[in-house]
Amino acid sequence: MNDELKPVNQKAWLLVLPVVLVMAFVSVLPLMTVVNYSVQDILAPGRSVFVGTYWFAEVMRDQSLHAALWRQLMFSLAVLAVQIPLGILLALSMPAHGWKASAVLVLVALSLLIPWNVVGTIWQIFARSDIGLLGVTLAHLGFDYNFTGNATHAWLTVLVMDVWHWTPLVALLCYAGLRSIPDAYYQAARIDGASKFAVFRYIQLPKLRGVLMIAVLLRFMDSFMIYTEVFVLTGGGPGSATTFLSQYLTTKAVGQFDLGPAAAFSLIYFLIILLLCFILYNWMQRVGTAAKEPTK
Amino acid sequence: MARIDLDLAHAYKPHPTQDSDYALLPLKMSFRDGGAYALLGPSGCGKTTMLNIISGLVTPSQGTVTFDGRDVTRLSPQERNIAQVFQFPVIYDTMTVAENLAFPLRNRRVPADRIKQRVGAIAEMLEMNGQLNQRAAGLSADAKQKISLGRGLVREDVSAVLFDEPLTVIDPHLKWQLRRKLKQIHHELKLTLIYVTHDQVEALTVADEVVVMMRGRAVQEGTADQLFERPQHTFVGHFIGSPGMNFLDATVVDGQLHIGACQVPLPSDKAETLRQAGAFVLGVRPEYVAPAREGEPGAVPARVEQVQDIGTYWMLTARIGEALLRARLSPETAAPSPGQTMWLSLVGPHTCYYKNEELLA
Amino acid sequence: MNTPRFQKRTLFLIAYLVFAILPIYWMVNMSFKTNQEILSGFTLFPQDFTWDNYATIFTDASWRDGYINSLTFVAINMVITLTVALPAAYAFSRYRFIGNKHIFFWLLTNRMTPPAIFLLPVFQLYTTLGLMDTHIAVAMAHLVFTVPLAVWILEGFMSAVPREIDETAYIDGYSFPRFFVTIFLPLIKPGVGVAAFFCFMFSWVELLLARTLTSVDAKPIVATMTRTVSAAGMDWATLAAAGVLTIVPGAIVIWFVRRYIAKGFAMGRV
Repeated sequence: MNDELKPVNQKAWLLVLPVVLVMAFVSVLPLMTVVNYSVQDILAPGRSVFVGTYWFAEVMRDQSLHAALWRQLMFSLAVLAVQIPLGILLALSMPAHGWKASAVLVLVALSLLIPWNVVGTIWQIFARSDIGLLGVTLAHLGFDYNFTGNATHAWLTVLVMDVWHWTPLVALLCYAGLRSIPDAYYQAARIDGASKFAVFRYIQLPKLRGVLMIAVLLRFMDSFMIYTEVFVLTGGGPGSATTFLSQYLTTKAVGQFDLGPAAAFSLIYFLIILLLCFILYNWMQRVGTAAKEPTK
Repeated sequence: MARIDLDLAHAYKPHPTQDSDYALLPLKMSFRDGGAYALLGPSGCGKTTMLNIISGLVTPSQGTVTFDGRDVTRLSPQERNIAQVFQFPVIYDTMTVAENLAFPLRNRRVPADRIKQRVGAIAEMLEMNGQLNQRAAGLSADAKQKISLGRGLVREDVSAVLFDEPLTVIDPHLKWQLRRKLKQIHHELKLTLIYVTHDQVEALTVADEVVVMMRGRAVQEGTADQLFERPQHTFVGHFIGSPGMNFLDATVVDGQLHIGACQVPLPSDKAETLRQAGAFVLGVRPEYVAPAREGEPGAVPARVEQVQDIGTYWMLTARIGEALLRARLSPETAAPSPGQTMWLSLVGPHTCYYKNEELLA
Repeated sequence: MNTPRFQKRTLFLIAYLVFAILPIYWMVNMSFKTNQEILSGFTLFPQDFTWDNYATIFTDASWRDGYINSLTFVAINMVITLTVALPAAYAFSRYRFIGNKHIFFWLLTNRMTPPAIFLLPVFQLYTTLGLMDTHIAVAMAHLVFTVPLAVWILEGFMSAVPREIDETAYIDGYSFPRFFVTIFLPLIKPGVGVAAFFCFMFSWVELLLARTLTSVDAKPIVATMTRTVSAAGMDWATLAAAGVLTIVPGAIVIWFVRRYIAKGFAMGRV
């Protein structure tokens, strides 16, 4: 909704207050602790030295961080490129009423409910060319499929696993968005003689803009934080082919006995995600506003 | 423009057995070409169902819909060439006003210059030509409803324009503007217009003839005058008018009309019908309840309960026996005080009599 | 009805459903096998069908407790999340006030924080408060992620409801609570359904924080499942069985909210 059309009402703060208080307690408080640690060098319990941005600089200098960051970016973009259109298509094909709607809804949502380590574990067996359904099928079709040895295969397997795991999230958001469109819009479109594609382009897609924004940002940030499934499936390999950012930083942090660097790592991680999401968010806002401009 | 004939019923179940199984009880109705009609009734009476059957969004479970003699029952809304305006504005957010209005024509591959002409003409009629290049999404609700209406009018061969409570989300002080615009358009284009509403003021101002509906039944069809003067059904008497008709139990005993505990002479023209009726109901509108002198023939005593000063008249609430009665008194009358007994004339040329809710005499 | 297009969509749907079900089928398949059979060769159906894996789970009290614990803190989380998120989302949707854009974005930033950041401070904080190994602790820790998501989703759906509805209700004399519950909420049902389901889902599968904050009393099911690695190697079969069982509560939740999600936007007479 247009921000300018909203009335100013400072009393609305009362409605927001519970959320702010809750978040202040569960989030801000802990975060401050982390920031505190990240600028210290803790030599012994009770003895620490303020080191400012030392840890941050150390991390940023690391070349393997840059490689992991790049790999991560590629992965997240690939994820978005596949899951967003696929999710929209899925939402459009899911039935809207009746028992079929309920059945499809449950089936589609199942992959979201599996604990992430189980997802990785299942795919580990699933993709093996000796004992797994996917692996065996691919081997039968003549592919020399080996996700543990071949980097490209590993990448593709991780991508397909993520698509399988998370596309339903996009689909569910879009599905709910589609259900929110009043019948009258479809009725009016029928009366106006609009084709199915016109209905999608002029009614459904514009109304989905809100949920799509959420879907894109969510999938971006979550894929940026991906850890468990990938780690269980490939361990980051072969080599460091599928070592994404979270795994890289976790390994580094676990290797440290110091809370300082560990805290710094996690903050850097956070700040990278924050920066990228901020850019993505603003870009989408601008595109969204431009789309609303009248076509000349 | 088309003449629309309905001969149908619409039931919820495939084999309806009782009245409550029907959304629309079997009915036969005609809408004259170029006429302005209102379907008036409370929520759930079936008026939206009837509208959707006329437009083609719903197919009746039995019966037919004909446009100018052509059976259109199985045809889609597009094929019937109707236009419909919904309860809340339905516009295409990503388009400008002009693009919105042009959309139905573009879908029919009308040549571009013709489109431009039509859009201009309709925008002019709706007083929107200054806003043609504005984004439709940013406009107010009444402007959006005008666009919805415009999209219906822009097609030259539109057979009828149907409205489903279109003023629901419009600001009260803008409603009259839109109503006036609607009447104006109807006058200019001479379209068949069918307007669904639960607001009698809207119905009576927009339409020439009103169909009052109740629980799936079309109870009466007529002009505002007819509905006011001779309601065919107690529901019409009650629904039309503000406040509605007064109803009092009555019967004929020994040639006298007994209203509650009071007796008045029987009106001669209706005497025979009433005598054979047994117990019936007397209906008289507050506008026609007149103060009378004590003892005047046809007058009954009533105990005044409340007198409200509405400005242009007094609203009197009085009790006759157990029954409550409302009357409109002209401001020149001396206002009685609560507790007083006042004599009121109930029986006159405007009084109607009902048996089993249907008009008797 | 445009029949050819209709069939294309159904074909796509069926194709996707097959894609979605295959790994799950594989998991169910594994859950009825023994570890030897899983690792020795490829079989579409269990050769040595066994209930053992499920028996292990059902007879072990820690599995059952794991379920109950998870369900408990997830439920607490959902209640708190929806209670604070609904009014906040309404405020963001309908009004402008000091800092509204900044607070909204700040909320989002919480959702994009890697959970690992919170491990140590949350551990220290809750130990200090004496809330370690309690359901409320895990529920609260998860609020960092569920509340922003709920506000975000709900705000989107609320903004799609025209303001005229609110105004007409006030003119008709509705008080704010009555308007919110009887008129507004039904109109945003799909949003509420989706938000509730996502809260459930993220909280249910979250491992890191849940494991850090619990030991015995409130140990969630996801933590219990990580026990399946032992000296003998990974216990694939039991893990698969546990995975199957973990889906069940989620499937039930989605079954219950389906009417919310699939409900059309029916604009009643105001």
